[in-house]
Amino acid sequence: MDFSIFQQYGPALLKGFGNTILCWALGTVFGMALGLVIALIQRYAPKYIRWIVQAYIEVIRGTPFLVQLFVLYYGGPLIGLRLDALPAGLLGLTIYGSPYFAEIFRSGFRAVPHGQIEAARAIGMTELSIVRRILLPLGLVSSLPALINFSIILTKETVILSIITVPELMYQVNRMSTETFRFLEANLVLALFFWLLVETISRVGRRFEARITKHLIERT
Amino acid sequence: MQASSVEIRKVNKFYGPFHALKDVDLNILPGKVTCLIGPSGSGKSTLLRCINFLEEYDSGEIRIDGQMMGYDAPGRKMSGRKLREMRRSIGMVFQQFNLWPHMTARENVAEGLIRVRGMGKAEAHERASAALTKVGLADKMENHPLRLSGGQQQRVAIARAIAMEPRLMLFDEPTSALDPELVGEVLNVMKTLAAEGMTMVVVTHEMGFAAHVADQVAFMEKGELVGVDTPDRILHQPADPRIQSFLRTYHERNSF
Ligand SMILES: Nc1ncnc2c1ncn2[C@@H]1O[C@H](COP(=O)(O)OP(=O)(O)OP(=O)(O)O)[C@@H](O)[C@H]1O
Ligand SMILES: [Mg+2]
Repeated sequence: MDFSIFQQYGPALLKGFGNTILCWALGTVFGMALGLVIALIQRYAPKYIRWIVQAYIEVIRGTPFLVQLFVLYYGGPLIGLRLDALPAGLLGLTIYGSPYFAEIFRSGFRAVPHGQIEAARAIGMTELSIVRRILLPLGLVSSLPALINFSIILTKETVILSIITVPELMYQVNRMSTETFRFLEANLVLALFFWLLVETISRVGRRFEARITKHLIERT
Repeated sequence: MQASSVEIRKVNKFYGPFHALKDVDLNILPGKVTCLIGPSGSGKSTLLRCINFLEEYDSGEIRIDGQMMGYDAPGRKMSGRKLREMRRSIGMVFQQFNLWPHMTARENVAEGLIRVRGMGKAEAHERASAALTKVGLADKMENHPLRLSGGQQQRVAIARAIAMEPRLMLFDEPTSALDPELVGEVLNVMKTLAAEGMTMVVVTHEMGFAAHVADQVAFMEKGELVGVDTPDRILHQPADPRIQSFLRTYHERNSF
Protein backbone atom coordinates (compact mmCIF):
# COMPACT_ATOMS: atom_id res chain seq x y z
CA MET A 1 0.00 0.00 0.00
CA ASP A 2 1.10 3.47 -0.71
CA PHE A 3 -0.37 6.41 1.14
CA SER A 4 1.94 9.06 -0.25
CA ILE A 5 -0.62 10.02 -2.89
CA PHE A 6 -2.70 11.56 -0.12
CA GLN A 7 -0.37 14.53 -0.13
CA GLN A 8 -1.78 15.30 -3.53
CA TYR A 9 -5.38 14.18 -2.99
CA GLY A 10 -5.82 14.99 0.69
CA PRO A 11 -7.39 18.43 0.25
CA ALA A 12 -9.84 17.17 -2.37
CA LEU A 13 -10.85 14.25 -0.15
CA LEU A 14 -11.37 16.53 2.84
CA LYS A 15 -13.45 18.85 0.76
CA GLY A 16 -15.42 15.88 -0.46
CA PHE A 17 -15.99 14.77 3.10
CA GLY A 18 -17.18 18.28 3.94
CA ASN A 19 -19.71 18.06 1.13
CA THR A 20 -20.81 14.64 2.30
CA ILE A 21 -21.48 16.02 5.77
CA LEU A 22 -23.26 19.03 4.31
CA CYS A 23 -25.49 16.90 2.06
CA TRP A 24 -26.25 14.50 4.86
CA ALA A 25 -27.00 17.19 7.44
CA LEU A 26 -29.22 19.33 5.24
CA GLY A 27 -30.86 16.33 3.61
CA THR A 28 -31.68 14.94 7.05
CA VAL A 29 -33.00 18.21 8.42
CA PHE A 30 -35.16 18.95 5.37
CA GLY A 31 -36.24 15.33 5.04
CA MET A 32 -37.30 15.29 8.68
CA ALA A 33 -39.18 18.55 8.31
CA LEU A 34 -41.02 17.29 5.24
CA GLY A 35 -41.66 13.97 6.97
CA LEU A 36 -43.13 15.74 9.98
CA VAL A 37 -45.46 17.77 7.79
CA ILE A 38 -46.54 14.58 6.01
CA ALA A 39 -47.18 12.82 9.32
CA LEU A 40 -49.33 15.71 10.55
CA ILE A 41 -51.26 15.78 7.29
CA GLN A 42 -51.91 12.07 7.60
CA ARG A 43 -53.23 12.58 11.10
CA TYR A 44 -55.40 15.63 10.58
CA ALA A 45 -56.11 16.37 6.92
CA PRO A 46 -59.31 15.36 5.11
CA LYS A 47 -59.10 12.00 3.44
CA TYR A 48 -58.60 13.13 -0.17
CA ILE A 49 -55.47 14.98 0.81
CA ARG A 50 -54.38 11.96 2.81
CA TRP A 51 -54.76 9.78 -0.29
CA ILE A 52 -52.54 12.05 -2.33
CA VAL A 53 -49.91 12.04 0.36
CA GLN A 54 -50.18 8.28 0.70
CA ALA A 55 -49.58 7.92 -3.06
CA TYR A 56 -46.46 10.08 -2.73
CA ILE A 57 -45.19 7.84 0.04
CA GLU A 58 -45.78 4.68 -1.97
CA VAL A 59 -44.02 6.04 -5.04
CA ILE A 60 -40.97 7.29 -3.19
CA ARG A 61 -40.63 4.21 -1.06
CA GLY A 62 -41.21 1.92 -4.00
CA THR A 63 -38.42 3.25 -6.24
CA PRO A 64 -34.63 3.18 -5.91
CA PHE A 65 -32.91 6.38 -4.83
CA LEU A 66 -30.70 6.25 -7.91
CA VAL A 67 -33.71 6.31 -10.20
CA GLN A 68 -35.23 9.22 -8.29
CA LEU A 69 -31.99 11.16 -8.68
CA PHE A 70 -31.81 10.50 -12.42
CA VAL A 71 -35.38 11.59 -12.90
CA LEU A 72 -34.77 14.74 -10.89
CA TYR A 73 -31.42 15.68 -12.41
CA TYR A 74 -31.85 14.63 -16.02
CA GLY A 75 -35.62 14.74 -16.25
CA GLY A 76 -36.05 17.97 -14.28
CA PRO A 77 -34.87 20.27 -17.11
CA LEU A 78 -37.62 18.83 -19.35
CA ILE A 79 -40.16 20.47 -17.07
CA GLY A 80 -38.05 23.56 -16.48
CA LEU A 81 -36.45 22.40 -13.22
CA ARG A 82 -32.79 22.99 -13.98
CA LEU A 83 -30.66 22.37 -10.89
CA ASP A 84 -26.94 22.19 -10.26
CA ALA A 85 -25.66 18.88 -9.00
CA LEU A 86 -25.44 19.86 -5.33
CA PRO A 87 -28.92 21.39 -4.95
CA ALA A 88 -30.34 18.52 -6.99
CA GLY A 89 -28.64 16.07 -4.67
CA LEU A 90 -29.97 17.86 -1.60
CA LEU A 91 -33.49 17.96 -2.95
CA GLY A 92 -33.18 14.30 -3.91
CA LEU A 93 -32.06 13.28 -0.43
CA THR A 94 -34.84 15.32 1.13
CA ILE A 95 -37.48 13.67 -1.00
CA TYR A 96 -36.00 10.22 -0.62
CA GLY A 97 -35.91 10.39 3.19
CA SER A 98 -39.24 12.11 3.76
CA PRO A 99 -41.59 9.10 3.62
CA TYR A 100 -39.42 7.12 6.01
CA PHE A 101 -39.28 10.03 8.41
CA ALA A 102 -43.04 10.45 8.04
CA GLU A 103 -43.61 6.83 9.02
CA ILE A 104 -41.33 7.23 12.02
CA PHE A 105 -43.24 10.30 13.21
CA ARG A 106 -46.57 8.63 12.56
CA SER A 107 -45.77 5.73 14.83
CA GLY A 108 -44.24 8.14 17.34
CA PHE A 109 -47.54 10.02 17.50
CA ARG A 110 -49.41 6.78 17.89
CA ALA A 111 -47.27 5.94 20.90
CA VAL A 112 -48.67 8.95 22.79
CA PRO A 113 -51.33 7.52 25.10
CA HIS A 114 -54.78 8.61 24.01
CA GLY A 115 -55.72 9.39 27.61
CA GLN A 116 -53.16 12.18 27.74
CA ILE A 117 -54.77 13.79 24.71
CA GLU A 118 -58.22 13.37 26.24
CA ALA A 119 -57.03 14.98 29.46
CA ALA A 120 -56.08 18.04 27.43
CA ARG A 121 -59.43 18.04 25.62
CA ALA A 122 -61.27 17.70 28.90
CA ILE A 123 -59.86 20.96 30.25
CA GLY A 124 -60.80 22.75 27.03
CA MET A 125 -57.49 23.02 25.17
CA THR A 126 -57.72 23.65 21.42
CA GLU A 127 -56.55 20.95 19.03
CA LEU A 128 -53.69 23.23 17.97
CA SER A 129 -52.51 23.65 21.56
CA ILE A 130 -52.78 19.91 22.05
CA VAL A 131 -50.58 19.26 19.03
CA ARG A 132 -48.01 21.84 20.08
CA ARG A 133 -47.88 21.12 23.78
CA ILE A 134 -48.65 17.42 24.08
CA LEU A 135 -48.59 15.47 20.82
CA LEU A 136 -45.44 16.96 19.28
CA PRO A 137 -43.14 16.87 22.30
CA LEU A 138 -44.19 13.38 23.37
CA GLY A 139 -44.40 12.04 19.82
CA LEU A 140 -40.94 13.37 18.95
CA VAL A 141 -39.45 11.76 22.02
CA SER A 142 -40.83 8.36 21.12
CA SER A 143 -39.63 8.82 17.54
CA LEU A 144 -36.10 9.68 18.59
CA PRO A 145 -34.33 6.30 18.43
CA ALA A 146 -35.77 5.54 14.99
CA LEU A 147 -34.95 9.05 13.77
CA ILE A 148 -31.33 8.69 14.76
CA ASN A 149 -31.18 5.26 13.22
CA PHE A 150 -32.56 6.40 9.90
CA SER A 151 -30.30 9.44 9.75
CA ILE A 152 -27.39 7.05 10.11
CA ILE A 153 -28.70 5.02 7.20
CA LEU A 154 -28.95 8.26 5.21
CA THR A 155 -25.23 9.00 5.62
CA LYS A 156 -24.53 6.08 3.35
CA GLU A 157 -27.08 7.07 0.74
CA THR A 158 -25.04 10.20 0.06
CA VAL A 159 -22.50 8.17 -1.96
CA ILE A 160 -25.13 7.79 -4.66
CA LEU A 161 -24.99 11.54 -5.22
CA SER A 162 -21.59 11.01 -6.87
CA ILE A 163 -23.40 9.60 -9.88
CA ILE A 164 -24.93 12.97 -10.68
CA THR A 165 -21.47 14.53 -10.10
CA VAL A 166 -22.02 16.05 -6.67
CA PRO A 167 -18.41 16.51 -5.51
CA GLU A 168 -18.81 14.61 -2.25
CA LEU A 169 -16.47 12.01 -0.79
CA MET A 170 -17.36 9.11 -3.08
CA TYR A 171 -16.93 11.31 -6.11
CA GLN A 172 -13.45 12.37 -5.00
CA VAL A 173 -12.50 8.82 -4.12
CA ASN A 174 -13.57 7.65 -7.57
CA ARG A 175 -11.62 10.39 -9.23
CA MET A 176 -8.53 9.60 -7.23
CA SER A 177 -8.70 5.92 -7.90
CA THR A 178 -9.20 6.22 -11.64
CA GLU A 179 -6.32 8.67 -11.86
CA THR A 180 -3.89 6.70 -9.68
CA PHE A 181 -5.30 3.15 -9.68
CA ARG A 182 -4.99 3.19 -5.88
CA PHE A 183 -8.45 1.66 -5.42
CA LEU A 184 -7.74 -0.01 -2.10
CA GLU A 185 -6.22 2.99 -0.40
CA ALA A 186 -8.88 5.33 -1.67
CA ASN A 187 -11.72 3.15 -0.51
CA LEU A 188 -10.12 2.52 2.86
CA VAL A 189 -10.07 6.24 3.39
CA LEU A 190 -13.70 6.39 2.40
CA ALA A 191 -14.56 3.69 4.93
CA LEU A 192 -12.62 5.48 7.64
CA PHE A 193 -14.40 8.78 7.04
CA PHE A 194 -17.81 7.11 7.11
CA TRP A 195 -16.98 5.22 10.24
CA LEU A 196 -16.03 8.53 11.87
CA LEU A 197 -19.23 10.20 10.79
CA VAL A 198 -21.53 7.35 11.84
CA GLU A 199 -19.79 6.90 15.16
CA THR A 200 -20.10 10.60 15.94
CA ILE A 201 -23.77 10.71 15.03
CA SER A 202 -24.64 7.70 17.12
CA ARG A 203 -22.71 8.95 20.14
CA VAL A 204 -24.21 12.42 19.99
CA GLY A 205 -27.61 10.86 19.33
CA ARG A 206 -27.40 8.59 22.35
CA ARG A 207 -26.41 11.43 24.62
CA PHE A 208 -29.17 13.64 23.29
CA GLU A 209 -31.70 10.88 23.76
CA ALA A 210 -30.59 10.26 27.33
CA ARG A 211 -30.96 13.92 28.14
CA ILE A 212 -34.38 14.26 26.54
CA THR A 213 -35.84 11.16 28.15
CA LYS A 214 -34.41 11.82 31.60
CA HIS A 215 -37.83 12.47 33.11
CA LEU A 216 -39.72 10.04 30.93
CA ILE A 217 -38.05 6.68 31.32
CA GLU A 218 -37.28 4.82 34.52
CA ARG A 219 -33.60 3.94 34.57
CA THR A 220 -32.40 1.22 36.87
CA MET B 1 -68.00 28.39 44.65
CA GLN B 2 -70.77 28.02 42.14
CA ALA B 3 -71.86 24.44 41.63
CA SER B 4 -73.44 23.07 38.50
CA SER B 5 -76.45 20.86 38.08
CA VAL B 6 -76.70 18.17 35.43
CA GLU B 7 -79.90 16.82 33.94
CA ILE B 8 -79.66 13.66 31.92
CA ARG B 9 -82.79 12.86 29.89
CA LYS B 10 -83.42 9.72 27.85
CA VAL B 11 -79.82 9.48 26.73
CA ASN B 12 -78.94 6.75 24.25
CA LYS B 13 -75.53 5.80 22.98
CA PHE B 14 -74.55 3.23 20.38
CA TYR B 15 -71.16 1.79 19.50
CA GLY B 16 -72.06 0.55 16.05
CA PRO B 17 -74.87 -1.90 16.66
CA PHE B 18 -74.09 -2.15 20.38
CA HIS B 19 -76.55 -0.26 22.58
CA ALA B 20 -74.29 1.09 25.35
CA LEU B 21 -76.69 3.53 27.05
CA LYS B 22 -80.42 2.90 27.06
CA ASP B 23 -82.77 5.78 27.84
CA VAL B 24 -80.70 6.89 30.80
CA ASP B 25 -82.34 9.45 33.09
CA LEU B 26 -80.49 11.03 35.98
CA ASN B 27 -80.64 14.27 37.95
CA ILE B 28 -77.49 15.60 39.51
CA LEU B 29 -78.12 18.38 41.97
CA PRO B 30 -75.75 21.27 42.55
CA GLY B 31 -73.26 20.69 45.33
CA LYS B 32 -74.16 17.02 45.67
CA VAL B 33 -72.11 13.88 45.20
CA THR B 34 -73.49 11.19 42.91
CA CYS B 35 -71.78 7.81 42.80
CA LEU B 36 -72.21 5.55 39.78
CA ILE B 37 -71.83 1.88 40.53
CA GLY B 38 -72.47 -1.31 38.61
CA PRO B 39 -70.77 -4.28 37.02
CA SER B 40 -67.97 -3.97 34.48
CA GLY B 41 -69.19 -3.04 31.01
CA SER B 42 -72.49 -1.62 32.30
CA GLY B 43 -71.82 1.80 30.76
CA LYS B 44 -70.67 3.85 33.75
CA SER B 45 -67.63 5.32 32.02
CA THR B 46 -69.61 5.88 28.86
CA LEU B 47 -72.25 7.86 30.72
CA LEU B 48 -69.65 9.89 32.61
CA ARG B 49 -67.78 10.68 29.40
CA CYS B 50 -70.99 11.77 27.72
CA ILE B 51 -71.35 14.47 30.37
CA ASN B 52 -68.29 16.35 29.09
CA PHE B 53 -68.82 15.05 25.55
CA LEU B 54 -65.59 13.08 25.34
CA GLU B 55 -68.11 10.54 24.11
CA GLU B 56 -70.94 11.68 21.84
CA TYR B 57 -74.41 10.53 22.78
CA ASP B 58 -76.81 9.75 19.96
CA SER B 59 -80.14 10.88 21.36
CA GLY B 60 -81.64 12.44 24.45
CA GLU B 61 -80.27 15.43 26.28
CA ILE B 62 -77.61 16.21 28.79
CA ARG B 63 -78.06 19.69 30.24
CA ILE B 64 -75.51 21.41 32.40
CA ASP B 65 -77.04 24.35 34.24
CA GLY B 66 -79.79 24.19 31.66
CA GLN B 67 -77.51 24.31 28.65
CA MET B 68 -77.41 21.30 26.38
CA MET B 69 -74.00 19.64 26.19
CA GLY B 70 -72.50 18.93 22.79
CA TYR B 71 -75.46 19.98 20.66
CA ASP B 72 -77.07 23.30 19.77
CA ALA B 73 -80.26 21.43 18.99
CA PRO B 74 -80.97 17.71 18.79
CA GLY B 75 -78.77 16.32 16.00
CA ARG B 76 -76.86 19.56 15.44
CA LYS B 77 -73.45 19.51 17.06
CA MET B 78 -72.17 22.66 18.71
CA SER B 79 -69.01 24.41 17.52
CA GLY B 80 -65.63 23.41 18.89
CA ARG B 81 -65.30 26.79 20.53
CA LYS B 82 -68.57 26.43 22.40
CA LEU B 83 -67.73 22.89 23.43
CA ARG B 84 -64.38 24.01 24.83
CA GLU B 85 -66.14 26.83 26.62
CA MET B 86 -68.45 24.36 28.36
CA ARG B 87 -65.63 21.97 29.17
CA ARG B 88 -63.70 24.69 30.96
CA SER B 89 -66.02 24.47 33.92
CA ILE B 90 -66.00 20.67 34.07
CA GLY B 91 -63.06 18.91 35.64
CA MET B 92 -62.29 15.29 34.89
CA VAL B 93 -60.13 12.77 36.69
CA PHE B 94 -59.22 9.50 35.00
CA GLN B 95 -58.40 6.07 36.28
CA GLN B 96 -54.96 6.21 34.63
CA PHE B 97 -54.23 9.78 35.86
CA ASN B 98 -53.21 10.86 32.36
CA LEU B 99 -50.68 13.41 33.53
CA TRP B 100 -48.36 14.78 30.86
CA PRO B 101 -45.07 13.05 31.56
CA HIS B 102 -42.82 15.74 30.06
CA MET B 103 -44.06 18.38 32.50
CA THR B 104 -43.47 18.75 36.22
CA ALA B 105 -46.41 18.51 38.61
CA ARG B 106 -46.64 22.29 38.66
CA GLU B 107 -46.43 22.57 34.88
CA ASN B 108 -49.17 19.97 34.53
CA VAL B 109 -51.47 22.09 36.68
CA ALA B 110 -50.44 25.40 35.11
CA GLU B 111 -50.86 24.23 31.51
CA GLY B 112 -54.62 24.64 31.35
CA LEU B 113 -54.48 27.98 33.13
CA ILE B 114 -52.03 29.29 30.56
CA ARG B 115 -53.50 27.75 27.39
CA VAL B 116 -57.19 27.82 28.23
CA ARG B 117 -57.62 30.63 30.72
CA GLY B 118 -54.98 32.77 29.05
CA MET B 119 -53.14 33.46 32.29
CA GLY B 120 -49.56 34.66 32.41
CA LYS B 121 -46.96 32.11 33.38
CA ALA B 122 -46.18 33.63 36.77
CA GLU B 123 -49.79 33.85 37.85
CA ALA B 124 -50.54 30.36 36.52
CA HIS B 125 -47.64 28.89 38.45
CA GLU B 126 -48.76 30.66 41.60
CA ARG B 127 -52.25 29.21 41.24
CA ALA B 128 -50.80 25.82 40.42
CA SER B 129 -48.76 25.92 43.61
CA ALA B 130 -51.85 26.78 45.61
CA ALA B 131 -53.81 23.90 44.06
CA LEU B 132 -50.98 21.46 44.68
CA THR B 133 -50.66 22.64 48.27
CA LYS B 134 -54.33 22.02 48.71
CA VAL B 135 -53.96 18.38 47.72
CA GLY B 136 -50.96 18.01 50.02
CA LEU B 137 -48.19 18.11 47.44
CA ALA B 138 -46.43 21.36 48.33
CA ASP B 139 -43.10 19.52 48.43
CA LYS B 140 -43.51 17.68 45.11
CA MET B 141 -44.23 20.51 42.72
CA GLU B 142 -41.02 20.18 40.72
CA ASN B 143 -41.30 16.42 40.33
CA HIS B 144 -42.12 14.87 37.01
CA PRO B 145 -44.92 12.27 37.10
CA LEU B 146 -42.37 9.48 36.84
CA ARG B 147 -41.01 10.53 40.23
CA LEU B 148 -44.40 10.44 41.95
CA SER B 149 -46.33 7.55 43.48
CA GLY B 150 -49.68 6.61 41.97
CA GLY B 151 -51.54 8.34 44.78
CA GLN B 152 -49.48 11.49 44.31
CA GLN B 153 -50.02 11.41 40.56
CA GLN B 154 -53.75 11.16 41.03
CA ARG B 155 -53.69 14.09 43.45
CA VAL B 156 -51.80 16.13 40.85
CA ALA B 157 -54.51 15.19 38.36
CA ILE B 158 -57.15 16.43 40.81
CA ALA B 159 -55.18 19.64 41.35
CA ARG B 160 -54.97 20.08 37.57
CA ALA B 161 -58.74 19.90 37.40
CA ILE B 162 -59.58 22.10 40.40
CA ALA B 163 -57.08 24.80 39.43
CA MET B 164 -59.42 25.53 36.53
CA GLU B 165 -62.13 26.35 39.10
CA PRO B 166 -64.68 23.92 37.73
CA ARG B 167 -68.29 23.86 38.84
CA LEU B 168 -68.57 20.13 38.23
CA MET B 169 -66.09 17.32 38.72
CA LEU B 170 -66.19 13.93 37.03
CA PHE B 171 -64.21 11.02 38.42
CA ASP B 172 -63.80 7.74 36.54
CA GLU B 173 -62.63 5.12 39.02
CA PRO B 174 -60.01 7.46 40.45
CA THR B 175 -58.59 4.90 42.86
CA SER B 176 -58.83 1.69 40.83
CA ALA B 177 -55.26 1.86 39.54
CA LEU B 178 -53.80 2.49 43.00
CA ASP B 179 -52.20 0.17 45.50
CA PRO B 180 -54.61 -0.28 48.42
CA GLU B 181 -52.51 1.76 50.83
CA LEU B 182 -52.64 4.78 48.51
CA VAL B 183 -56.41 4.81 48.03
CA GLY B 184 -57.09 6.72 51.25
CA GLU B 185 -55.05 9.82 50.37
CA VAL B 186 -56.98 10.28 47.15
CA LEU B 187 -60.38 9.65 48.72
CA ASN B 188 -59.56 12.20 51.43
CA VAL B 189 -58.93 14.90 48.84
CA MET B 190 -62.23 14.00 47.22
CA LYS B 191 -64.03 14.19 50.55
CA THR B 192 -62.64 17.68 51.10
CA LEU B 193 -63.91 18.74 47.69
CA ALA B 194 -67.34 17.29 48.45
CA ALA B 195 -67.45 19.09 51.80
CA GLU B 196 -66.74 22.38 50.00
CA GLY B 197 -69.88 21.90 47.98
CA MET B 198 -68.51 20.75 44.65
CA THR B 199 -70.92 18.90 42.37
CA MET B 200 -69.30 15.53 41.84
CA VAL B 201 -70.09 12.48 39.73
CA VAL B 202 -67.94 9.55 40.76
CA VAL B 203 -67.72 6.16 39.08
CA THR B 204 -66.35 3.94 41.78
CA HIS B 205 -65.98 0.48 43.22
CA GLU B 206 -65.26 1.99 46.65
CA MET B 207 -68.54 1.18 48.35
CA GLY B 208 -67.29 2.75 51.56
CA PHE B 209 -66.87 6.08 49.80
CA ALA B 210 -70.30 5.73 48.20
CA ALA B 211 -71.88 4.90 51.55
CA HIS B 212 -70.30 7.75 53.48
CA VAL B 213 -69.83 10.57 51.02
CA ALA B 214 -72.45 10.19 48.31
CA ASP B 215 -75.75 12.01 48.45
CA GLN B 216 -77.16 9.59 45.93
CA VAL B 217 -76.03 6.36 44.38
CA ALA B 218 -77.02 5.28 40.89
CA PHE B 219 -76.76 1.66 39.83
CA MET B 220 -76.21 0.74 36.19
CA GLU B 221 -76.42 -2.56 34.41
CA LYS B 222 -76.22 -3.43 30.71
CA GLY B 223 -76.54 0.21 29.68
CA GLU B 224 -79.59 0.85 31.86
CA LEU B 225 -79.83 3.00 34.91
CA VAL B 226 -81.57 0.50 37.15
CA GLY B 227 -82.04 2.61 40.22
CA VAL B 228 -81.00 5.80 41.93
CA ASP B 229 -81.55 6.57 45.59
CA THR B 230 -79.81 7.41 48.85
CA PRO B 231 -76.70 5.36 49.55
CA ASP B 232 -78.47 3.63 52.38
CA ARG B 233 -81.40 2.48 50.29
CA ILE B 234 -79.22 1.33 47.36
CA LEU B 235 -76.43 -0.28 49.36
CA HIS B 236 -78.27 -1.66 52.39
CA GLN B 237 -81.85 -2.29 51.37
CA PRO B 238 -81.92 -2.60 47.58
CA ALA B 239 -85.29 -3.57 46.17
CA ASP B 240 -84.09 -4.55 42.71
CA PRO B 241 -82.74 -8.11 42.45
CA ARG B 242 -80.02 -6.97 40.02
CA ILE B 243 -78.59 -4.63 42.66
CA GLN B 244 -78.90 -7.34 45.31
CA SER B 245 -76.96 -9.79 43.21
CA PHE B 246 -74.25 -7.21 42.36
CA LEU B 247 -73.76 -6.39 46.03
CA ARG B 248 -73.70 -10.07 46.97
CA THR B 249 -70.86 -10.63 44.49
CA TYR B 250 -69.11 -7.54 45.81
CA HIS B 251 -69.33 -8.72 49.44
CA GLU B 252 -68.15 -12.21 48.54
CA ARG B 253 -65.14 -10.85 46.71
CA ASN B 254 -64.23 -8.53 49.55
CA SER B 255 -64.69 -10.90 52.46
CA PHE B 256 -61.92 -13.14 53.65
N1 LIG C 1 -65.11 2.72 21.91
C1 LIG C 1 -65.93 1.66 22.08
N2 LIG C 1 -66.28 0.90 21.02
C2 LIG C 1 -67.10 -0.15 21.16
N3 LIG C 1 -67.63 -0.53 22.34
C3 LIG C 1 -67.32 0.17 23.44
C4 LIG C 1 -66.44 1.31 23.36
N4 LIG C 1 -66.32 1.81 24.60
C5 LIG C 1 -67.07 1.04 25.40
N5 LIG C 1 -67.66 0.05 24.71
C6 LIG C 1 -68.58 -0.96 25.26
O1 LIG C 1 -69.60 -0.29 25.95
C7 LIG C 1 -69.92 -0.98 27.14
C8 LIG C 1 -69.85 -0.03 28.31
O2 LIG C 1 -68.50 0.33 28.51
P1 LIG C 1 -68.03 1.23 29.73
O3 LIG C 1 -66.58 1.45 29.57
O4 LIG C 1 -68.91 2.41 29.83
O5 LIG C 1 -68.31 0.26 30.96
P2 LIG C 1 -68.02 0.52 32.50
O6 LIG C 1 -69.29 0.37 33.22
O7 LIG C 1 -67.27 1.77 32.68
O8 LIG C 1 -67.10 -0.73 32.85
P3 LIG C 1 -65.81 -0.83 33.81
O9 LIG C 1 -66.31 -0.96 35.21
O10 LIG C 1 -65.14 -2.09 33.35
O11 LIG C 1 -64.98 0.38 33.58
C9 LIG C 1 -68.97 -2.15 27.25
O12 LIG C 1 -69.65 -3.32 26.86
C10 LIG C 1 -67.88 -1.83 26.28
O13 LIG C 1 -67.39 -3.00 25.68
MG1 LIG D 1 -65.26 2.23 33.21
